[in-house]
Amino acid sequence: MSGPNTDYDPVEVTPLKADQVEEMREAALAAVAAAADLDALKQVRLDHAGDRSPLALANREIGALPPQARKEAGQRVGQARGAINQAIAAREAVLEAEHEERMLVEETVDVSLPTTRRRRGGRHPLTLQSDLIADLFVAMGYEVAEGPVVEAEWLNFDALNLGPDHPARTLQDTFWAEPPEHHIVLRTQTSPVQARTMLTRKPPIYVVCPGRVFRTDEYDATHSPMFHQVEGLVVDEGITMAHLKGTLDHFASQLFGDGITTRFRPSFFPFTEPSAEVDVRCFVCRGTGMDEEGAQSCRTCRGEGWIEWGGCGVVNPRVLIACGVDPDVYSGFAFGMGIDRSFMFRHDLEDLRPLFEGDVRFSSAFGTEI
Amino acid sequence: MKAPLSWILDYVDVPEGTTTEALTDRLTLTGLKLEAIESPGRDITGPLVVGRVVTMEPEPQKNGKTINWCTVDVGDANGTGEPQGIVCGAHNFKPGDLVVTVLPGGVLPGGFEIGARKTYGHLSAGMICSARELGLGEDHDGIIVLPDDAGEPGQDARPLLGLDEETIEFEINPDRAYALSLRGIAREVLVSVEGASNFRDPALRDTPPANDQGHPVVVEDPEGCPVFVARRVSGFDPDAPTPDLIVRRITAAGMRPISLAVDVTNYVMLETGRPIHGYDADKLRGAIVVRRAREGERLITLDGTNRALDPADLVVTDDSGIIGLGGVMGGETTEISESTTSILVEAAHWDAVSMFRTGRRHKITSEAGKRNERGVDATICEAAADRVVELLVEHGGGHAEPGVTVVGTPPAMPTIRMAYDLPERVAGLPIDSSTVVDHLQAIGCRVDADADGVDVTPPPWRPDLIAAQDLTEEVIRLVGYDLVPSVLPTPPSGRGLTRSQQLRRRIGRTLAGEGWVEVVNFPFVGTADLDALGLAADDPRRDLLGLSNPLNHEAGFMTTTLLPGVLRTAGKNVGHGNTDLAIFETGTVTVPRHAGPAAILPVDRRPTDEEFEALDAALPAQPLHLALVAAGDAVAGGWWGEARPVTWADAVEAVRSVAAALGLEVTASSAELAPWHPGRCAELSVDGEVIGHAGEMHPTVCQAFGLPKRTVAAEVDLDLLMARSVHLRKAPSFSSYPVAKEDVALVVDASVPAADVEAALREGAGELLESIRLFDVYTGDQVGKGKKSLAYALRFRAPDRTLKEGEAAAARDAAVALAAERTGAVQRT
Ligand SMILES: [Zn+2]
Repeated sequence: MSGPNTDYDPVEVTPLKADQVEEMREAALAAVAAAADLDALKQVRLDHAGDRSPLALANREIGALPPQARKEAGQRVGQARGAINQAIAAREAVLEAEHEERMLVEETVDVSLPTTRRRRGGRHPLTLQSDLIADLFVAMGYEVAEGPVVEAEWLNFDALNLGPDHPARTLQDTFWAEPPEHHIVLRTQTSPVQARTMLTRKPPIYVVCPGRVFRTDEYDATHSPMFHQVEGLVVDEGITMAHLKGTLDHFASQLFGDGITTRFRPSFFPFTEPSAEVDVRCFVCRGTGMDEEGAQSCRTCRGEGWIEWGGCGVVNPRVLIACGVDPDVYSGFAFGMGIDRSFMFRHDLEDLRPLFEGDVRFSSAFGTEI
Repeated sequence: MKAPLSWILDYVDVPEGTTTEALTDRLTLTGLKLEAIESPGRDITGPLVVGRVVTMEPEPQKNGKTINWCTVDVGDANGTGEPQGIVCGAHNFKPGDLVVTVLPGGVLPGGFEIGARKTYGHLSAGMICSARELGLGEDHDGIIVLPDDAGEPGQDARPLLGLDEETIEFEINPDRAYALSLRGIAREVLVSVEGASNFRDPALRDTPPANDQGHPVVVEDPEGCPVFVARRVSGFDPDAPTPDLIVRRITAAGMRPISLAVDVTNYVMLETGRPIHGYDADKLRGAIVVRRAREGERLITLDGTNRALDPADLVVTDDSGIIGLGGVMGGETTEISESTTSILVEAAHWDAVSMFRTGRRHKITSEAGKRNERGVDATICEAAADRVVELLVEHGGGHAEPGVTVVGTPPAMPTIRMAYDLPERVAGLPIDSSTVVDHLQAIGCRVDADADGVDVTPPPWRPDLIAAQDLTEEVIRLVGYDLVPSVLPTPPSGRGLTRSQQLRRRIGRTLAGEGWVEVVNFPFVGTADLDALGLAADDPRRDLLGLSNPLNHEAGFMTTTLLPGVLRTAGKNVGHGNTDLAIFETGTVTVPRHAGPAAILPVDRRPTDEEFEALDAALPAQPLHLALVAAGDAVAGGWWGEARPVTWADAVEAVRSVAAALGLEVTASSAELAPWHPGRCAELSVDGEVIGHAGEMHPTVCQAFGLPKRTVAAEVDLDLLMARSVHLRKAPSFSSYPVAKEDVALVVDASVPAADVEAALREGAGELLESIRLFDVYTGDQVGKGKKSLAYALRFRAPDRTLKEGEAAAARDAAVALAAERTGAVQRT
């Protein structure tokens, strides 16, 4: 700001007249209101509030006024400039909000576009079924025992009361490793794991043994040379068939649904005596044998109301002796069922081959839990 | 075992109104499981009646055949009472014969509808039936001619033919050999079915006493053959037909009718459970001697097979040599033929184990062998032989010779001690002592009871009952398995999954979470598979454990690597159009240890620890492996941009992910190993131990497995990896002072591994280095041929202070200097 202009002729200073200032203010406010967007407002700011705007130029003249007039003119100009700046700020807020809103609208995308760039993985349903079963028993306090699939003949047969001349040996068509005189087999059941468990742990024993087993069955819709079994073994004081029944009823209801129980039928397994076949009440028709319409026979149980599930029994004392457990102190029960078979009727699969064909569409369908 | 219901009911009565379903439901619950109920007449509907042939006029035809134009009296069955005109092509009958006639409106098996139709110039209204047309057998030599007294014209023919008969098929457990007979099944009905009564034992009969006029028999091995009974029928008519009832019953039981003599022995075997052998008595030479075979002896058995005998085989001989494989199969030389008029009936008891071994050795399975090897009632040889003689005489017109040979006595049954409370302690269900005694007596045991328990002598048809637990099962099954209560035991607190079990689940979830799909393959492999992998002749993976009896000789070994399985599965997927794929498998492989045999240990005691360890040491090693294969695109193309194909790095990264899940870091270095691309194979190690390999597959291998070029794969030993897994990871601490960033670009020879450069930079940068990341690799004109530029972003930070000006730069210079010294790196400016 320059110093006082002593040569100033007050008569000549028209821009500081009240009506002139009012005019400039009106013009500025009108321009602000008319600014349609932020660019226009920027120009308005330059034109009406900038250094070269009429009011800024008028302001420079204040110093030329006589001291008595300066105050009045200063006030008048200052108020006008304040009002204009306020109006610009208000207008700017409105225009900015409008701009933002418009930008958000312009940035709209099609959220229905596909988003999957990577394949989904999945665990094999038999692994999942096996884990699920293990979890059910672990929840009851059992542990999961395991053993080799290429197994000693003695552990797969003899220790389980299946001597070399036992007719039941021929029922389990066995793969023999070369040379046969080495007495090594592909285990035909997971029972050798039970023998191993008794040989390496002291009772009380509560274990389940899921795993792969092998039989020389030609591969077709219902047979496979390799399949999966889960067996359970309990050895403790005072164990009875009632405990076996209770355990399998609980297992059945956990795997197939509330209220699904089991039925025992006398059977024969060298490992157990007494032995039973265990049937599970059909969880589809709930034992009625009828389909949903009540017309035809249930597909899952073929109208029988029961599904053959596995074998079980009270551990034969001969087995306890061969495995170093005193049958006068301890008794036990054992059971075994097919994991593949359980999976097949639980998930309505009629032909087992997709389990072993490895088509990714099959496993992917089950994801990571079942 | 198939048993016609009417045959069962010959020996036991069931309450009026007992349905077949009720009967079989009950038997199923006590141990004879129903397999199926068959009824041969099920597929025949409409009028099937007895007819009497009134007239029969042969009419030769132009085609050379002669047909018979017959009128058949069918009573009122046709509604008119007039004889029915029927054209018949068969000739084995004459006017006056009783025949089986199906009238118009009837339907025969196969949905064959009968109507009146014009044929050979006549209106033939119905059909005279053969056995085959009724589904009663394959015999189609002619029509069925009924015995003259079979019935009256117009009467329903079904009952006469057994077409209304129900045959029950039972699944017989190996311990219930007695139920391989009608005698045994009827006895089961008696003990299991409420209200069943009046058991009539078909093996209980008065038999003539032994005398010395019979065929001479010497048993040199009484352990192998404790009882040998021989009877003779002479003057037998070899043309005598087998009575319909016997034909129907043995057919229903699943056996083929052959001739009266053979059919009768089978009939009595089914009836009593005792296998019988018949010899043509005129072909026998001198005394019969039972002994073990001698080295080098041979026999041509009934099936025409010339067999080399084993010294353990029991044989029947006469002066001519060996005439039979005792209890298993007879010989050709003494076989009953179409001209046999004299029959020697043998009913002998054989040692079950010997039968089992001989049957298995010679691969003979027969109805007789099945019974002999599971155990037969040793006390009924005389009764069974007598029954055969009776039937042969009755239907074959011969006479029984007075000679009765009986050699040996049935072995005694054991006496088993059982405490009264054993069944209830086993069942967990109250069973009082009188129930125990009653049920044991019901199944035929002799029971001597005292204050604490019972001394039980099982009946001779129950050789399976050898110990108290066997008796327990009998008691509990008759009390009813359905009465056993459902009680949960209370296990001690468990320890949950083992560490290894948890880690395996973690590995599976990690891979599935990253897009890999698990598959399960058979562990069988053939040498051709290993050839396809391109394994060298001395590759240790070629040392395979063979199988003696593989299903498929192309895959006759247990695999040492999971790669053939996953590659084959990947190839199949590609073939099915699943071209963008990533699969994995975990499973054990079999690595031979070439150790000695696994011993067959005793079973009357626990093996010693040394014996048990030796057993394990004899088995092959079976480490758990992981294999994975990926092909096609790793990231699909789309509106977001281009697809990214799978590369060798995806296979390495998958293994790194698995390792990271176990808290481990994997180092990759280049290696050459089949089946990988020689320039794109990473040897993967953790802390200096090699755990596996990953990379791009050799193009030849891709081709061999039907996979696209650039397919990638990895295989690692999870046991090695899991053994190193970090169990308790320490919580990290990190600095909150500002970071200083420095980037460097280094030019090295193309052959220098990036990992080496990074290692040098890390070491040279010292403690202030927080992280290092390779963010660019450049090859091209700007660095010159045979060179590459590696650009690293380095981050420096001190744990306790802000770095001073120049400190980071000094550390960077030190890093570059060490990299230059170690790898010849030159900083790019
Ligand atoms: Zn159902």
